[in-house]
Amino acid sequence: MYQQNLDKIAELSSHSAMGVSGPNCDLVNFSELGTGLSDVTPHLAPYHDQCRYISKNLALYELSNDGMKLSTHAQANFCRGELAKALRKGPFQVNVILGGYDENVPNGGSLYVMDYLGSCQKVNYGAQGYASNFTLSIMDRDWEEGLNEEQAVKIVEHCIRELNMRFLLNQSNFIIKVVDKDGVRTVKADSDPTDN
Amino acid sequence: MARRYDSSTTTFSPEGRLHQVEYAIEAINNAGTSVGILAKDGVVMASEKKVTSGLLAPARTSEKTYKLCPHATCTVAGLTADANILIDQARLRAGRYAYQYQEPIPIENLVEHVCNYKQAYTQYGGLRPFGVAFLFAGYDIHHGFQLYQSDPSGNYSGWKATVIGANNQAGKSLLKTEYGSSSSSGDEMKTDENPAKDETEMPTTVEALRLAVKVLNKTMDGAAASPDKLELFAMTLDEDGNCVHKILNAKEVEAVIAEVESETATAGDS
Repeated sequence: MYQQNLDKIAELSSHSAMGVSGPNCDLVNFSELGTGLSDVTPHLAPYHDQCRYISKNLALYELSNDGMKLSTHAQANFCRGELAKALRKGPFQVNVILGGYDENVPNGGSLYVMDYLGSCQKVNYGAQGYASNFTLSIMDRDWEEGLNEEQAVKIVEHCIRELNMRFLLNQSNFIIKVVDKDGVRTVKADSDPTDN
Repeated sequence: MARRYDSSTTTFSPEGRLHQVEYAIEAINNAGTSVGILAKDGVVMASEKKVTSGLLAPARTSEKTYKLCPHATCTVAGLTADANILIDQARLRAGRYAYQYQEPIPIENLVEHVCNYKQAYTQYGGLRPFGVAFLFAGYDIHHGFQLYQSDPSGNYSGWKATVIGANNQAGKSLLKTEYGSSSSSGDEMKTDENPAKDETEMPTTVEALRLAVKVLNKTMDGAAASPDKLELFAMTLDEDGNCVHKILNAKEVEAVIAEVESETATAGDS
């Protein structure tokens, strides 16, 4: 039985966030809560640790390098490298979408889509999981260069409406986060992840 | 008294010193001088080539200047054989970082890695320290052009201009007076509307090259400067923002030497 309202978008650093998808994504713990999760499902603790590995290593970099932040591009490639290394040992069973804001990037934002095999691609829009079958074509049509936040969120809402209508296994409980120059924030959350 | 405590790297003396490390630093004071100068638009490093025999096969590689990665180069003072090991380490580190993050390694990161490697030989294993001091010149987007110096202890520091190797104290004192007081900037009167800037005015790469040769002239102590005794290196950015590593050829070195000569010849004239 899957958890209905787990927040699957983790804040990686001050200006980047990573959303995950996959059979074990609901077990993968990023948020500060969830330290309890290993008590509830102790045999799945290794999964929790594996994914915390990524976010904590990124935090370590900042600490070791005098506050220097890794760019989104570097974070994504680091994450991809870890997925690739794990593949032949004990694969992560998650697919990832990583988005971040950098000052020295034109328009600031960049988005990377990765899968458990270690592939990585910089994209304008992306989706993982069953959702991709429905939403990629919508974003193909709706996305254009130079969207502002409001327009982008509208496209996301369009995708969510479509899923509600057409995806049989859909659980209509979404959380939308935005990453910009002011960092990571939640713009819409159907049910509060902190409520258990 | 020191005799009892100086043969092991991994033992402090009663005065709290590591004699082996200090002796390693001494070894470098006999090595060919190397001067590094940070410029507005680049970094310059000039080195004295100690080994000059007519019987030596013409060198295709330098004994002083080594490229570490597309955006960093170092010069060496000390035991070249020791330096080769450390340079390999540096190149490996830069390459692995670039593989892991798909980005060029920040220069301080690279320097710190080499230095940590050196430090291990002052604490574990009973092996002697590396008898090498480095000048690292590099560029990254975080801090622009940078110049670092490191020594056998594994200590490093960032500099606007510095000297390692033989007669480095004389070189450094010359730099203290001459760096940042280029003729173009020294003429303004310090008035209340124009308070003296605490930051020294950085030279251009061209000016820095000349200053570097001046320093080497001083440290080489009267020996005539010539292209086969000097190696001049300059790092700058091209229009696309890529690093250009340039070791000047004999003609270019000759030209800089000549400019310095004429400058010093007219220095006394008002």
